Amino acid sequence: MATFTLPKNSTIQPGKTHKAEPGAKNVKSFRIYRFDPDSGENPRTDTYEIDLDTCGPMVLDALIKIKNEVDSTLTFRRSCREGICGSCSMNIDGLNTLACLKPIEDVTGDVKISPLPHMPVVKDLVPDLSQLYAQLRSIEPWLKSDTPPPPDGERRQSKEERAKLDGLWECILCFCCSTACPSYWWNGDRYLGPAVLLQAYRWIADSRDEATGERLDNLQDPFRLYRCHTIMNCARTCPKGLNPAAAIGKIKQMMVERET
Amino acid sequence: MATETARNTTLRSPLGRVRGFGSAKGGTHHWWMQRVTSAALLPLTIWFALSAASLAGASYEETRAWIAHPFNAVLLLASIGLSFHHTAAGMQVIVEDYANEEWAKVAGIYAARAICWLLAIASALAVLRIAVQG
Repeated sequence: MATFTLPKNSTIQPGKTHKAEPGAKNVKSFRIYRFDPDSGENPRTDTYEIDLDTCGPMVLDALIKIKNEVDSTLTFRRSCREGICGSCSMNIDGLNTLACLKPIEDVTGDVKISPLPHMPVVKDLVPDLSQLYAQLRSIEPWLKSDTPPPPDGERRQSKEERAKLDGLWECILCFCCSTACPSYWWNGDRYLGPAVLLQAYRWIADSRDEATGERLDNLQDPFRLYRCHTIMNCARTCPKGLNPAAAIGKIKQMMVERET
Repeated sequence: MATETARNTTLRSPLGRVRGFGSAKGGTHHWWMQRVTSAALLPLTIWFALSAASLAGASYEETRAWIAHPFNAVLLLASIGLSFHHTAAGMQVIVEDYANEEWAKVAGIYAARAICWLLAIASALAVLRIAVQG
């Protein structure tokens, strides 16, 4: 559903500024979106001046430093700090990415940080992703096979068949792509979005899976699949360098192939 | 359903909302025809643009005679049919993307189709009258 303006209680107000300690030489400002649902106040942008000489190289290092040393109320998700868990996805300097993989020095000027766009905000940089998780669940992201596995080993797959999963299995479900997609912003309640469609294709492309037709049936829908207008924000923003748009293109190709 | 989700006025589980009415089992034809008409319009549009340019400065009678030529008339009718089919399909996508309410979506899609149909018939009639009367 297209909504182009923020409701009054969501407009962002100017916030507090936390000055760097006197004597700090290498100061960088971090302008961070803050929202606390319990306060009843509008969201605001707080500014934190951080001495980079006493901070790690990545944006996540700065966020952890702020939480530890400046303002313990700052809320964000993080876990592995090496780009494999997908927890610290957020919008940094206008692009959705993982805070743990984004070097501070790559940002010119102030570092602007906000939660993943167009999602309900739980608190500060933590978005509510329950719709995305439900959509992932709806494509049934697991192997479906009526043939039992060989009694003496695993299901076999040729090297060529396995190679078809490259560029798909690497997805860590950070949802940077889905929340960067304007089509997902407008119609996220019915369009599955790039991350979930890439996962759907990961199982469609798996030679061991026997439910390909059923999976295609489930996706053949003007909204679930065909809201993708190849805007390509997904491929541009993916912190793992994957291309969800290409996976969606292959699903569309299979849809035509099975009709002709 | 969609409005309930947008306004957060439902207690239905996220999975129930996402599954919704299920797959419409459609959309492929619409999407594929948009691609096919685009591909067909590419040479037709180039042909039409070059022809229109070559008719610059031509008299009324010369232009009528050009349209009346069976080869030109057939390609003009094909261009008209494909252009308006393509326009209607594209307008439908735009309406589906941006219309908020279900009634607005349905009304928008059929209004766009009706306008394209009428314009296509009117354009085709103009070509046919010249082509048939000579």
